Amino acid sequence: MGELVKIVGPVVVAGKMRGAKMYDVVRVGKEGLMGEIIKLKGDNATIQVYEDTSGIRPGEPVENTGQPLSLELGPGLLESIYDGIQRPLKSIRAQAGDFIKRGVTAHALDRKKKWKFMPTLKKGTAVKGGDIVGEVQETELILHRIMVPPGISGILEEISAGSFTVEDVIGRVKDGKNVTELRLMQKWEVRKPRPNYEKFPPNTPLLTGQRILDTFFPIAKGGSAAIPGPFGSGKTVTQQSLAKYCDAQVIIYVGCGERGNEMTEVLTEFPELLDPKSGKPIMQRTVLVANTSNMPVAAREASVYTGITMAEYYRDMGYDVALMADSTSRWAEAMREISGRIEEMPGEEGYPPYLARRLAEFYERAGRVQCLGSPQRNGSVSIIGAVSPPGGDISEPVSQNTLRVTKVFWALDAKLAQRRHFPAINWLKSYSLYGDSLESSFVNALSADWISMRAEGMALLQKESELQEIVQLVGPDALPEKEQAVLDVARMLREDFLQQSAFNDVDAKSSLKKQYGMLKTILHYYARATQAVDLGTQLKSITNMKVRERIARMKEIPEDQFEGKFQEILSELDLAFDSLASVQR
Amino acid sequence: MLKEYQTVTAVEGPLVFVDRVENAAYNELVELRLPNGELRKGQVLDTSRGVAVVQVFGSTTGLDVEKTSVRFLGDTMKLSVSKSMLGRVFNGLGEPRDNGAPIVAEKRLDIIGAAINPQARSRPEDFIQTGVSSLDVLNTLVRGQKLPLFSSSGLPHNQLAVQIARQAKVLGKSEGFAVVFAAIGITHEESSFFIKEFERTGALSRAVLFLNLADDPSVERLITPRLALTTAEYLAYEKDMHVLVILTDMTNYCEALREIAGARKEVPGRRGYPGYMYTDLSMIYERAGVIEGKKGSITQIPILSMPSDDITHPIPDLTGYITEGQIVVGRDLHRKGLYPPIDVLPCLSRLMNLGIGKGKTREDHRGMADQLYAAYSQGRDLRSLSAIVGEEALTEGDRFYLKFADAFESQFIQQARTEDRSIEGSLDLGWKLLSVFPERELKRLKLEFIEKYGKKFREGKP
Repeated sequence: MGELVKIVGPVVVAGKMRGAKMYDVVRVGKEGLMGEIIKLKGDNATIQVYEDTSGIRPGEPVENTGQPLSLELGPGLLESIYDGIQRPLKSIRAQAGDFIKRGVTAHALDRKKKWKFMPTLKKGTAVKGGDIVGEVQETELILHRIMVPPGISGILEEISAGSFTVEDVIGRVKDGKNVTELRLMQKWEVRKPRPNYEKFPPNTPLLTGQRILDTFFPIAKGGSAAIPGPFGSGKTVTQQSLAKYCDAQVIIYVGCGERGNEMTEVLTEFPELLDPKSGKPIMQRTVLVANTSNMPVAAREASVYTGITMAEYYRDMGYDVALMADSTSRWAEAMREISGRIEEMPGEEGYPPYLARRLAEFYERAGRVQCLGSPQRNGSVSIIGAVSPPGGDISEPVSQNTLRVTKVFWALDAKLAQRRHFPAINWLKSYSLYGDSLESSFVNALSADWISMRAEGMALLQKESELQEIVQLVGPDALPEKEQAVLDVARMLREDFLQQSAFNDVDAKSSLKKQYGMLKTILHYYARATQAVDLGTQLKSITNMKVRERIARMKEIPEDQFEGKFQEILSELDLAFDSLASVQR
Repeated sequence: MLKEYQTVTAVEGPLVFVDRVENAAYNELVELRLPNGELRKGQVLDTSRGVAVVQVFGSTTGLDVEKTSVRFLGDTMKLSVSKSMLGRVFNGLGEPRDNGAPIVAEKRLDIIGAAINPQARSRPEDFIQTGVSSLDVLNTLVRGQKLPLFSSSGLPHNQLAVQIARQAKVLGKSEGFAVVFAAIGITHEESSFFIKEFERTGALSRAVLFLNLADDPSVERLITPRLALTTAEYLAYEKDMHVLVILTDMTNYCEALREIAGARKEVPGRRGYPGYMYTDLSMIYERAGVIEGKKGSITQIPILSMPSDDITHPIPDLTGYITEGQIVVGRDLHRKGLYPPIDVLPCLSRLMNLGIGKGKTREDHRGMADQLYAAYSQGRDLRSLSAIVGEEALTEGDRFYLKFADAFESQFIQQARTEDRSIEGSLDLGWKLLSVFPERELKRLKLEFIEKYGKKFREGKP
């Protein structure tokens, strides 16, 4: 039993701790506050405490559990909301009331609830880590596959069907003399990546339903993306839209050091939103990790690891998982705060020198893999990390180190947000390095001209920004008609295609087919318009065409009617240009 | 029996180092007796075997290492709260400042306050009508929100805050309502402006005031907002009142935080502010909200002045990352003589969508807000363009936007200090201003709403 010798905020030092290991979980003080060892020196251990330390005195006891911080993984994770160290916020509220009091503990997974377990393997089968031994219907959307924990192998000596709690023994694996009991729940250290059989390069897009993302800056399943932006530029709205509409099967949403009311929004909205395919609430495929900004900072540091470990666990079952981390800057700041308290030598802007390594390690846990064990299956974890750079200036260390490891960069722009251009993603600064590897799967899903359409759209937007510089000097009227037509169509692209309202039921999500149709219509308009201008038609009579209004309102057309309406608009467009040409003659 | 220590070894800035202490608790409250018999309070910042570092509230003038004695009070800082606090004025440490009787405690609450369990929060969605068009239509305030005013020296943010406090109401509801006001390092003149305004409008009887003025000890500034919020939580969650908390000026709070961090020789973060300033500020701002099953609520309007009008300065920057939006008071509009000089483009209310729309304000509200924003920002861009190339070089369509931007500022943003506009009135004003545009430019508005609400203002227009 150790003894406290020093307390400075969330960091305490305990003496008589010989035998303790780095990252062991300890119980601090009379109230048994949870903490983790982050530094050892002789008999002294420095501990970051996951709860408020007010009122704690030197001399109080410190007990080492001898175990690193681990998660409980098993059925019951989905639809739950946890704090950064996987304490279930619902049961904590039942125990301690509306405010989070310290010293409260609760099991992450319900110990009383019984799950119906169906074995998929027979007694006597040889098994190894990762093998699926049976299934539990966790929610109506997700079938929870029960796996042999990594590192264990032998003969499945016993396995039984029936209703079990997460602690009940469902089977036994015998390896020589060693017998391991299998349960619905397994434990895993949060800071240790879960193993996989093999990692592949990503090749399928993670469709988000957001036009600017899917069309111009796609992310792959198993990829990683960074969304840096100043406050108010729409990081959270973008993250939430992705969580709602992206085509991953399981969503882990980590609210890391962010606003309490935002988590409430997610909590009340997700159970009401229905998954378009199954008609079931999307909450059934979601786990929330909420460590708001005013909750203890050490638990905030852990929350990101808690999220990614859960994501890997569902990946191991063969699912495509997407992890939203909002915001990784708060996580980095938690590291900085702890590092400052233990008086480590600071690196850039006071962040610890290991910031870059930690960020890289985290994003490296994304990926598309062949899972461990049989039956053979693939799964993926995609990470979408929000970054909150001070003053919106991404030259700071967290943004820069994040961009070094992520493949997709969605640059949020305060200027766009101010003029209510949402999503406020800057099309000139953003990039995706998955463009090439995803090409074939887009071509398969749509058509071969998709790639050239996309390139043409982007070229027009580029051209617009060049022309804008001239306009700033001479005014738009001084440009030749043909270049004014570029400005005109670029504005259409921006307003009628890129802009997408997260708050409009129809517009919030666009299928790939609809995106294709919309882009095709605008580009077709452009082709006809330049043709007409070449033949001497005044641009003004083109821009006043009635059909333009229909193009502007394409986004409001529901998915099921789009196919027909899109053809209609195209023919109306052709008709309008044809009649314009005949008037001309 | 509490022990007295006469073992002060050093006094540095607001910090006192005490030796041979028997296990002081972290954040424990401390009483210091000066050689002249005067009493000061303090709090333990750092404790280890035998040594405690105490942060003194108030000045350290008169403290010495020889005779000063220190008593550790065995408890963290608490505030005695009671409903009878309404109508009273306290100093920055929560002691009566109005010569009234001390408060008889109905309860003693820890001033640090615990975090609300996110699971226990309920969605803030009651629309608060402030009567100010640029807020109600474009940046709607809802109950339980924290919406700061970002201002700068020389701007009328105090007038605006008072106007909001006076006019704010939830339509169709009359419930217990209270104002908690915390003055943090503001001048005597500013604070008497607030008191006088509260008095004049009769709001004083349902207000609780905590005053830490510019010449009061800066260390107290770290305590004052916490006292205010502890009181607010008591009134909201135990006495079922809807509480509006005004904190001014948060910039002074942050300066005090930097001062203490400097005295403790901590590694400084950006511009010398401590690295944990985000966490520290969040422990103030996050104490707003609505709790499921409780009748009351806490809405916060912190005011801060941006040093040299810089919104990327750490104080507004970190605040903006925590609060649910921001209202920016702009110097350009003020110079033009407009009141309230709300620069709407960088403003935002994140919770707006929860409080507007059918059944709350009006169904055309979202589209109207987006359309006004889009049109005004377009107009502002063209204004700078026309300054270079001249208005003649603009297209005819562009000139509509120029005209609109001017009208928007002089009619929509501009209003009198006593003018209390209804939300319908403000929305209709929006329709009136937008009637200069042909229908195809109104892409953000649904056609059915143009028909339903816009028609009467668009007679004879395409």
